[in-house]
Amino acid sequence: MNAVLLARLQFAFTISVHIIFPAFTIGLSAFIATLLILWQRTGRDHFHRLARFWTQIFAVSFAMGVVSGIPMSYEFGSNWSRFSAVAGNVIGPMVGYEVLTAFFLEATFLGVLLFGWKRTPPRLQAAAAVLIAGGTALSAFWILSANSWMQTPAGYVMRDGIAYPVDWLAIVFNPSFPYRLAHMLTAAYLTTSLVVLAVGARYLLVGAFKEEARTMMRMGVGMLAVLGPVQLLLGDQHGLNTLAHQPAKIAAMEAHWRNTGPMDLVLFALPDEHARVNRAELAIPRLGSLILTHDWNGRVPALEDFAPNAQPRVTVVFFAFRVMVGIGLFLIALGLAGALLWWRGRLFTSQWYLRSAGWAWPLGFIAILAGWLTTENGRQPYVIYGILRTQDATSPIAATAVAASLAAFVLVYGVVFSIGIYYIRKMIRRGPQGAAVAGTPAAVEVAYRPLASARESARESRGEPPVI
Amino acid sequence: MTALTGAAYWLPLICAAVIGFAVAMYIVLDGFDLGLGILFPFFAREIDRDQMMNSVAPFWDGNETWLILGGTGLFVTFPRAYAVVMPALYVPLITMLLALVFRGVAFEFRWVAKPHHRKWDIAFSAGSIVAALCQGFMLGGLLGGTRVEQGRFAGGAFDWLTPFTLLCGMGLVVGYALLGATWLVMKTTGSLERRARRSARVLLVGMLGFIVLVSVWTPLEFAPIAARWFTWPNILYLSPVPLATAIFAVACWRGLLRARFMFSPFYSAVALFIIAYIGLVISTMPYLVPPALTVWDAAAAPSSQRFVLIGIAILMPFILGYTVFVYHHFRGKVRADEGYH
Repeated sequence: MNAVLLARLQFAFTISVHIIFPAFTIGLSAFIATLLILWQRTGRDHFHRLARFWTQIFAVSFAMGVVSGIPMSYEFGSNWSRFSAVAGNVIGPMVGYEVLTAFFLEATFLGVLLFGWKRTPPRLQAAAAVLIAGGTALSAFWILSANSWMQTPAGYVMRDGIAYPVDWLAIVFNPSFPYRLAHMLTAAYLTTSLVVLAVGARYLLVGAFKEEARTMMRMGVGMLAVLGPVQLLLGDQHGLNTLAHQPAKIAAMEAHWRNTGPMDLVLFALPDEHARVNRAELAIPRLGSLILTHDWNGRVPALEDFAPNAQPRVTVVFFAFRVMVGIGLFLIALGLAGALLWWRGRLFTSQWYLRSAGWAWPLGFIAILAGWLTTENGRQPYVIYGILRTQDATSPIAATAVAASLAAFVLVYGVVFSIGIYYIRKMIRRGPQGAAVAGTPAAVEVAYRPLASARESARESRGEPPVI
Repeated sequence: MTALTGAAYWLPLICAAVIGFAVAMYIVLDGFDLGLGILFPFFAREIDRDQMMNSVAPFWDGNETWLILGGTGLFVTFPRAYAVVMPALYVPLITMLLALVFRGVAFEFRWVAKPHHRKWDIAFSAGSIVAALCQGFMLGGLLGGTRVEQGRFAGGAFDWLTPFTLLCGMGLVVGYALLGATWLVMKTTGSLERRARRSARVLLVGMLGFIVLVSVWTPLEFAPIAARWFTWPNILYLSPVPLATAIFAVACWRGLLRARFMFSPFYSAVALFIIAYIGLVISTMPYLVPPALTVWDAAAAPSSQRFVLIGIAILMPFILGYTVFVYHHFRGKVRADEGYH
């Protein structure tokens, strides 16, 4: 394997592990802020217990996000130094603004939120949660602006092979940025809502933490039912924007090889990159044209319309896109079904729904990874679309050095982050602890949930894990 | 250099000052919490370790953010230096980042894992020691010079590894441990504080030893550094540097001897670090990547530097403001009942 492929694999691996945590904490911080504000408004203690519970999980996730993010800010230079030299003038300031506006805000107030339960008045704590939630969204703003500029560069001139900024507004608000930002932020909120819903459903299935579980389910279903359909519209708009600026990516997403007439919507196929045809294709005639051009007879550029060295590889883009859309449609169904059950008063008792929701927690993460695989592979063979080819962007580093560091990253991340996820699981199993009001946690727990806690302590005394 | 006037001359200097400030903030702030990890093997009792972790738990995330600012700041304002330094220091850099992964997650995992937290004690300690060593290696590697041809790094993967870099690595480990020990003097009570005082005295002597060694070694090995320090009238202008080092070393020592001095050891140790850092800047200015790239050679486009500096001018007061707020909010000695979760 050559150094370029290894460097790509390393970046793909490190950023894929990384994105899981910010995608979760963007939504989770907003959820915690909402809970703390609700607690302030209503004075109902279960909001506080929920906030504390999710804050512990937030702390572990955020720490993993931070430590997996630090290597990213150095990888630009260590593995992609030509990219840094070419795009540094433009990309650099956006990353810099991310650090200045978001990272310090999040990291500093995290201390107040986490550590301040004894020292901090509730109002300040809620303010800290709001600041962190704002910080995570700001962070998404800047990094998505930088990524979007790599997809649809604007507001720059090239001199001697180096990009120089001309118009910062045009750079930051480049053509694909508003769509990508809306699509990704919504994805992050959906992902967290799904996890919250799933945890609530799992508690109800075993009859634990009922009051908290109902609140989590109501909030989760509400978010899914509203944001799911919104995400469909945003995704459609994002797709139209991609068609306008990166038509080759759309052609690869749809495995659209030849431009012979209106485009079919391929539901399933095995794209054959060698023969440049689809095997085992299942397609709906003309629907692709209708979706992308809003016209039965619309024409969409096909892969054959692009030079061979300006086309992305099809297979990954095609399948990743289908995984994302499939999960998206499932989440909309889950949200609407939940809303219907809620209306009928059966949300907390319908076993099939609780079970499906309980198992659905990883789907948001998978959809996000699939979406990023689609858009980043669809940008190939460029790292900055139309400006810099990926193969010309790497560092003058020996392939062995990149391979060794890749192996080290895989090993370390594999160990550290699996343990982290195991610990999150452990915390979720333990459930919200009742230390919201004065008194020992145990006393409060018994007062609030006599049966559940008695059952749990019996289980603990037998050395068994809770069955959640 | 004479051709550069106006913004082209001043912007890179201002940017270099800002990045220098970020790196100094990182060294001091993350220095003391890395230092606690370095001291972990000498404080084996669980209750002591809990207090040590609690004393930095609210701050470590913010402290580490200065490292990100240093890295991205270099990328933003001096992309050409960034594109040379990162490949040149690839091995210690990646090792440091991986060590920081272990150390960072240990802050959170340790509490969740209890009572099976020993492995995270080890991860925290080993991660801190390796990260500090690697930072020293990177400093030494940078001072030792980097081979650059046509704006790209042209050396080998282990060019940075010399006896001098080993010295810098060990020096930084001892220095961070001193910061950590004096931090404990300030933030803890009882037997932990007393033992921290004793360790800090040994570490202070050690750190001064390393300062003297580096101060003798660099001018002997690197002629430009000798010329910078030991020519007339520089030697006169620069004489406050060793003088201030001596004064703060004495202040630190005196503070460590008397139990009523809680703050002076830490602040003197911080001052020692800042002076050593200023000394290194004096030795290398105006080079970012000696002997190849000056701040002007490596600078980003003026409009990029200006765009970022505007942001820094507006945002840095807020960042410093709420950093001070958080340190103030969690001021004073750590109380034993102040658990993390």
